[in-house]
Amino acid sequence: MGSPIELAKDKELKEIVENRGIEDILGKSVPYPKDIEIKGKITRDIIEEISKSKKEPQWMLNLRLKALELFEKLPMPNWIQGVESIDLEEFSQYVKPKVEAAENWDQLPDWMRDMYSRIGLPETEAKVLSGLTAVFDSENIISRLKEELKQKKVIFMPMDEAVQKYPDLVKEYFGKQFPMADHKFAALHYALWSGGAFVYVPKNTKLVNPVEAFFIIGGEMEGQFEHTLLVADDNSSIGTSYIHFIEGCAAPVLKNFSFHDGMVEIYAGRNSQVYFSTLQNWSRSIINFNNKRAVAMENAHVEWVEGSIGSKMTYTYPSTILRGRGASTRNISIGISNGPYIKDVGSKAIHAAPDTKSIIISKSISANGGIAAYRGLVKVLKGAEKSFAHVQCDSLILDEKSSAYTLPRNEVDEPTAIVSHEATVGRLGEDQLFYMASRGIREGEAKALIVNGFIRDVLKSLPLETVSILTRVIGMEFSELGSVG
Amino acid sequence: MALETIDLTVSVGEKQILNNMNLKVEKGEALILMGPNGSGKTTLAFSLLGHPRYQINKGKIILDNNDITDLPTYQRALMGLGLAFQNPVEVPGLMLSMLINAISIKRNKSDFDISSIDPKLIVWARNKAKELGLQPSILEREVNVGFSGGEKKRSEMLQMLVMDPKYIILDEPDSGLDVDGIRVIGELIDSLRNSGKGILIITHHAEITKFVSPDKVIVVSKGRIVDEGGEELIKKIEEYGYKDYEGVQ
Repeated sequence: MGSPIELAKDKELKEIVENRGIEDILGKSVPYPKDIEIKGKITRDIIEEISKSKKEPQWMLNLRLKALELFEKLPMPNWIQGVESIDLEEFSQYVKPKVEAAENWDQLPDWMRDMYSRIGLPETEAKVLSGLTAVFDSENIISRLKEELKQKKVIFMPMDEAVQKYPDLVKEYFGKQFPMADHKFAALHYALWSGGAFVYVPKNTKLVNPVEAFFIIGGEMEGQFEHTLLVADDNSSIGTSYIHFIEGCAAPVLKNFSFHDGMVEIYAGRNSQVYFSTLQNWSRSIINFNNKRAVAMENAHVEWVEGSIGSKMTYTYPSTILRGRGASTRNISIGISNGPYIKDVGSKAIHAAPDTKSIIISKSISANGGIAAYRGLVKVLKGAEKSFAHVQCDSLILDEKSSAYTLPRNEVDEPTAIVSHEATVGRLGEDQLFYMASRGIREGEAKALIVNGFIRDVLKSLPLETVSILTRVIGMEFSELGSVG
Repeated sequence: MALETIDLTVSVGEKQILNNMNLKVEKGEALILMGPNGSGKTTLAFSLLGHPRYQINKGKIILDNNDITDLPTYQRALMGLGLAFQNPVEVPGLMLSMLINAISIKRNKSDFDISSIDPKLIVWARNKAKELGLQPSILEREVNVGFSGGEKKRSEMLQMLVMDPKYIILDEPDSGLDVDGIRVIGELIDSLRNSGKGILIITHHAEITKFVSPDKVIVVSKGRIVDEGGEELIKKIEEYGYKDYEGVQ
C-alpha cells in the first residue's frame, strides 16, 4: 500500500507546489518530498540527565535507556514517507519554560492566557473542567484538582510526579499498552518522554465533569514528548471515567517547524467506560505524531474522538485492542486539511476476544490544496468469535485543488466475524456555491455551513464541551475562506 | 421600481446564448417568459443572478435603478433578487433547516453565527412546509438529496418565502408537479404578486398560468425576444406550439 503522498505526488503535490510556492510549504532549506531522517545524536548522557533532573527511580531510567537502544536499531517506518527531514540535533529535547507552576488561571501570564483563548478555550469554560493540567513545553504549568476528584480518590497529576508518588501503580501500567518496540518514534518517545498526565480512576467510580490536559509548544525547533496514561480500574462498572483532552498550539507562526511525538495509553478495566477526546489545533509549524492506544478488558468500552485541525502534518491513528470478551470501541476522527497541509489519520481496532465490537467513523475535509487521508486497520484474530466491525469514511472536498484518500485494511481471521466498510465522497463545486450565493450566502459562509453540516451527525453523539470547542475552532478555520461571493 | 435588462447579451464559453434582450418586471406584476427548450430561458435566470459561468458581453441588469450587472451573486440576492431553480443542485451534508436558518440570518443582516438556530423560524418553516404540501420532516433532510421533483419545487418556494425577495424568478415552477402541486404553487405565486412582488415566470408550457394570470407575456426563441403581448399569446402557443416563431429573427 503506497502512502497517500506517493499517490498524490504526481498531481496534487505538484499543483500545490506550483500554486503555493515551495517555500511556503517547507520553509527555506528543506528539500521535499523526502523521508524523515534523524540526524541528531541523542546520547545516553542526555537521557541520564533528563532522568536525574526528574529524580526518577532506576526502573524508569532503565526503561528510557532500553528505548534509546531500540530507537537506534529500529528502521524508519515506511508509513511516513514524504515528510521532510527532521534533524533531532537541532531540537531541544527538553525545554523548561520561564514560568512558575501555576495553581489557577489567574496566575498564568497574559500572553499564555491569550494562547488559550486563541485555541478556543476561554477562561469560563476552563473553569468548568474538573481538573486542568497544562504542559507548556515540557513541564506541567498548571495542575489543579477539584474537590470531586479528591473526594472520589481519583489520581490526576503530572506524569512525572506520579512516577515518584505512585511508583508501583505507574510501573504496573506505564508502557504496557503501547510497546516501545512498536515503531521508531514510539521508542524515541519513551527515551525522551517528559510531562503529560496520569489519571487513575478507582473501582466503582463515576466522574461527572471532564478532566482536561493541554499541550502547548511555545518555541521553535523543539521536540515535545509528553506521556499520558489513563487507568480506569476494574469494575468501575457504574461509572464513566471520562477524560477530555485538548491539545493546542497558538504560538506565533514559527519560521522552522517543531516536532510533537506524544503518547496516550489507556487501560480500560472490566466494565469500565473511557471517553477520550483530542482537539488538535497545532500551528502550521508543527509536525505531529500522536501515538494513542487503548486496551479494553471484558465488557469495557473505549471511545476515541480525534479532532485534527491544525499542524503542518499530522499522523495519528488512535487504536483500541479489544482484549476482553464483550469489549467495544467507537473511534471517531474528524480531520480538516485546509491549505497545503497533510492529514494522515485513521483508526485501528484489534479484535482479540469473542463478542467484541468496533465502530470507526472518519470524517475528512480538505480545502485549499489540502490532502486528507484515512488509513485504518480492522484486525479480527482467530477465536474472536461473533465480533462485529464497521468502518465508515466520509470525505468532503471543498474545491478542485484538494483531495482525499481512503486506505482501509481489513484482516479477518475469524469466519464468524462481521466486518463492513462504507465510504462516501462529497465534492463542493461551483454549482453548489452558486446555489448558496443565490440565497445571499457568501462562499466562506457556505463552506462553514456545509462543513458543519457534514460533521453534524458525528457531533451529535459527542460531549457538549467537545462540540462547543470544535464548532468554534472550525468556524475560525473557515471564516477567512473565500470572501469573494 | 422594476427589474430590468437592457440589451442583455450573454455567452457561455464561445457560444452566444442571449441576444440584446430587453425586458422589465414591475413590482406587483407577473411576467411570463415562454420559449421552447434551448431558447435561453435558464441562461437568462442564471445571468440575472450572476452565475460565474455566464459571461455578459453587452448590456445591463438594473434592479430598482441600481446597476447590478457586475455585482457578485450573494449581493444581488441580498438586494432582493430571488431565484427558484428548475433543477436545484444537491448539497450533501447540509440540512434544509440549517440552510433556511442561514438564509434568514442573511436576510435579517445578523451576524453569521451558524450555531444559533432560531426555534421560532423552524416552527414557522414547518408550518409553511405543510401548507406547501411537504412533510415537515423534509427540514431534517439534506438539501435536495433524494428529493422528488415535486419536493424540489416546493422546497424552492419555501426558501423564497424565507428570503422574501422583492423580485422572484421562477424557472419552470410547474414542471414535475401533479395537478395539486401546480395549484398550491400557482396560488402562492399569485398571492406573492398581489402582495407587491415582481414575478418572472420562466416556462415552456404555461400550466401555471391557470392560477397566475399574467400581466405580460414574452416569447423567446434562440436567445431573442420574438413576441410580446398578453394572455392571448399563451393560447396561441398552446394551440400551435413554437414552430411559428422558428424563422423569426
